[in-house]
Amino acid sequence: MKKETPNFRNVTENPCHMCMPMGGIIPFKGIEQSMVILHGSQGCATYMRRHIAEHFNEPIDVGSSSLNEKGTVYGGEQNLKTGLDNIMKVYRPKLVGVLTTCLAETIGEDIERITSDYLRDRGLEGFPVVTVPTPGYGDSHFEGYWFTLTRIVTKLTQRAKRHSRVNVIVPNISPADIREIKRLLELMGVEYILFPDFSETLDRPFEKPYQKIPAGGTRTADIKVMAGSAATIQFGMTVEDSMSPGRFLQTEYDVPLYNLPIPMGVENTDLFFACLKEITGKEMPASLRLERGRLLDAMVDSHKYNFHGRSVIFGEPELVFAVTKTCSENGIFPVVVATGSRNSKLPRLLKGFLHELEIETRILTSSDFTQIRKNSREMGANIAIGSSEGRYLTEKEGIPLVRLGFPIHDRVGGQRLLSVGYTGTTMFLDRITNTLLENKLTNYRSSMYQKYYKNYHAAVPTH
Amino acid sequence: MDTGLAIRERLDSIAVKGKQKKQIKCDTDSIAGCVSQRACVYCGARVVLNPVTDAIHLVHGPIGCASYTWDIRGSLSSGSELYRNSFSTDLQEEDVIFGGEKKLARAIDDLVGKYKPRLVFVYATCIVGVIGDDLEAVCKAAAQKHNIEVIPVESSGFIGNKAAGYRAACDALFRLINSGETEKKKNDPKINYLGDFNLAAEAWIIKNYLYEMGIEVNVTFTGDSDYMALKKAPEASLNIVQCAGSMHYLARKMKDRFGIPFMNVSFLGIEDTSDSLRKIAAFFNNDEITRRAEALIDKEIRRIEPLIRGYRKKLQGKKAAVYVGGGFKAISLIKQFKELGIDVVMVGTQTGRREEYEVIHDLVNEGTVVLDDANPSELERFMLEKGAHLLVGGVKERPLAYKLGLAFIDHNHDRKHPLSGFVGAVNFAEEVYSTVCSPVWRFIG
Repeated sequence: MKKETPNFRNVTENPCHMCMPMGGIIPFKGIEQSMVILHGSQGCATYMRRHIAEHFNEPIDVGSSSLNEKGTVYGGEQNLKTGLDNIMKVYRPKLVGVLTTCLAETIGEDIERITSDYLRDRGLEGFPVVTVPTPGYGDSHFEGYWFTLTRIVTKLTQRAKRHSRVNVIVPNISPADIREIKRLLELMGVEYILFPDFSETLDRPFEKPYQKIPAGGTRTADIKVMAGSAATIQFGMTVEDSMSPGRFLQTEYDVPLYNLPIPMGVENTDLFFACLKEITGKEMPASLRLERGRLLDAMVDSHKYNFHGRSVIFGEPELVFAVTKTCSENGIFPVVVATGSRNSKLPRLLKGFLHELEIETRILTSSDFTQIRKNSREMGANIAIGSSEGRYLTEKEGIPLVRLGFPIHDRVGGQRLLSVGYTGTTMFLDRITNTLLENKLTNYRSSMYQKYYKNYHAAVPTH
Repeated sequence: MDTGLAIRERLDSIAVKGKQKKQIKCDTDSIAGCVSQRACVYCGARVVLNPVTDAIHLVHGPIGCASYTWDIRGSLSSGSELYRNSFSTDLQEEDVIFGGEKKLARAIDDLVGKYKPRLVFVYATCIVGVIGDDLEAVCKAAAQKHNIEVIPVESSGFIGNKAAGYRAACDALFRLINSGETEKKKNDPKINYLGDFNLAAEAWIIKNYLYEMGIEVNVTFTGDSDYMALKKAPEASLNIVQCAGSMHYLARKMKDRFGIPFMNVSFLGIEDTSDSLRKIAAFFNNDEITRRAEALIDKEIRRIEPLIRGYRKKLQGKKAAVYVGGGFKAISLIKQFKELGIDVVMVGTQTGRREEYEVIHDLVNEGTVVLDDANPSELERFMLEKGAHLLVGGVKERPLAYKLGLAFIDHNHDRKHPLSGFVGAVNFAEEVYSTVCSPVWRFIG
């Protein structure tokens, strides 16, 4: 466990990250009856809609101020106001998020001033609009996601009476994962405010008539009282304080913060339940102990197969951290761990446990897929875990890919992948083990032939 | 229902045949807040140029533009795979403040050193246009330094709509072909095929048909093309233009500069494919080519007609909605649906042109809704109002159709099966059948 490669390159080859506003759209999709508008040129909204729609298989409506040449030269204020008018008319949202793009930031648009003027002019004082500066050259979509959450809390949360609910703040995990976390909280008898909650909105059931803005999402009334919660559990170990909604609630309103890893793997999930016990005093029910036991049983069943795994793990820092931990617990040795984000916390956190493994792990931040591919080859990785963007690892290097995270474009069901909690971890682990097995069973006849027959016969003449 | 039309400025872009004037407003900027399905100038340029297989496609800008366009299209190559990479200067805040020219120059140096290309396209994105990086100068210096062609693509996202990106791409291509030697032999049956991006082998299918007729395809713009082939473009004696939206502009420039005549063709559907092959044969005025063309058409139609007839039986009387990128595709689709006994009840495009909307108007039945630059709420409203059974569109439209309980046909660039030629006509019919007649709809009341 040694190397960490910082990056000062002139060119990114096959990106392992997306831009800030992309990350900022998703939290808004997890708030009840909300709508987003991007202040920038039309393409940004359309590209991001496409990207998100393809992953979740859901319609993703995102407005754009459709900045043109004139708006860029003389200011886009009028475009943004017209955009807001039209969004309000057609969608009748209860909350609007306004995100900038690189274009709006570069020409210096003050979205906070423009939107407050707008609300005053239209007699809409008090209507919740959350502005988020998300320049495309600022940070990656990971930071865009967390910064947006922080802005929402900053804007909506007010000093509130103490209550017994627990804030649960989740990263960009799948809707199925969010539903699982809610199920676990309910089994534990914990009352909670889950934020953001896109478990229903980005994985909605078929129903008629069609609603332009789907039902579900965190209620704004609940966000308002997050300041009075008993505690905050935030799955955000790798999140900088300046972008941490949990940290904000702690410093501003004295809500105790429990910053935890995503509950994947045995230890991380144990930590989650230990934390719930500490906050509420409640013990884990018998049914959950059974789920834990089944995970351990599954780990025993799989351990020998997994021990041949040399994994390359890539994606958003928070997910990468949890997956690396899960792999380490199961002998699927992480040999390359990579993120496109510049995240500085991730390497430190990984070193906390990777040193126990007695293998070399290359940790890459600000990375891209050309680097990831090269390192995977050099380190002899035989299984990849991450989004669809890693498909070249399979196509060009023959490393099979277990799809997890965002975006998943080339398979269905990205929104239904369950990977958290004891049960989710079991399912995730099965996906990994079965991929290792499939690869082994598909190739062992030819590899044994190559290794022991063909080479032998080249040296020893046949009769 | 009424909320979909709450935006009054949109009214001029929507018409119902028989009720209103023939003309609708098109080729204008999208209205803010309308949730347009359109992309940007960069997108238009990227889709047209990206299939050039052995070029470095370098996006000068922040990371997003490169992320969202990395190998998302189904263009196939018979040679280099370089085009399937997405390179970006990944501009950071300090680059935006101090300018990105030096970083761009270094990026080109790095890529040329590593991949040894003969051709580099450098795409401008929104902020490059704003911070004023001199793309032209950087590219010129890089070209001299490395003795290769480095061509800037003026595709800042906000300087128009997708159609402006098509023109930017055509300008870049024209620079490339106009810098070579030009010499051609008159009336050789040698043509350029413009506006096919070799999605799922479509350009190869058409190339085979033409070969069977005794006609050689010199170069395709831009499906499965490369530097050497593009350089030889002036040698052709005819340009055939499939996607007129993206390539009409280049065809015109090549006519003015090299005297190569051009004609519009379409290889979508049996009718258009047959007509186009005949038109091409007629151009050469050569009995042998005409004979071969007729033999090919006859053979293919005999082969596929029973198949199409079978699907037609199942599909007769269904109603289709169409929302695609360009007018050319919409026109072909209306005809193709007719071949299957299906009426188009709603038809729209992102970048259709005036004359294309006129043709559409003439082709459709009374009561059909025609719309330019539509948005999800309009699509929803008109598909339900007109009782459409299926929608043809791209990735963004698909989940909407499904949520409304409608069948869906992918006619976007990321599909993995060909829809061109006689083969494509069968694939299309099969896809329509597979979605319209799926058992899933039994559960969707």
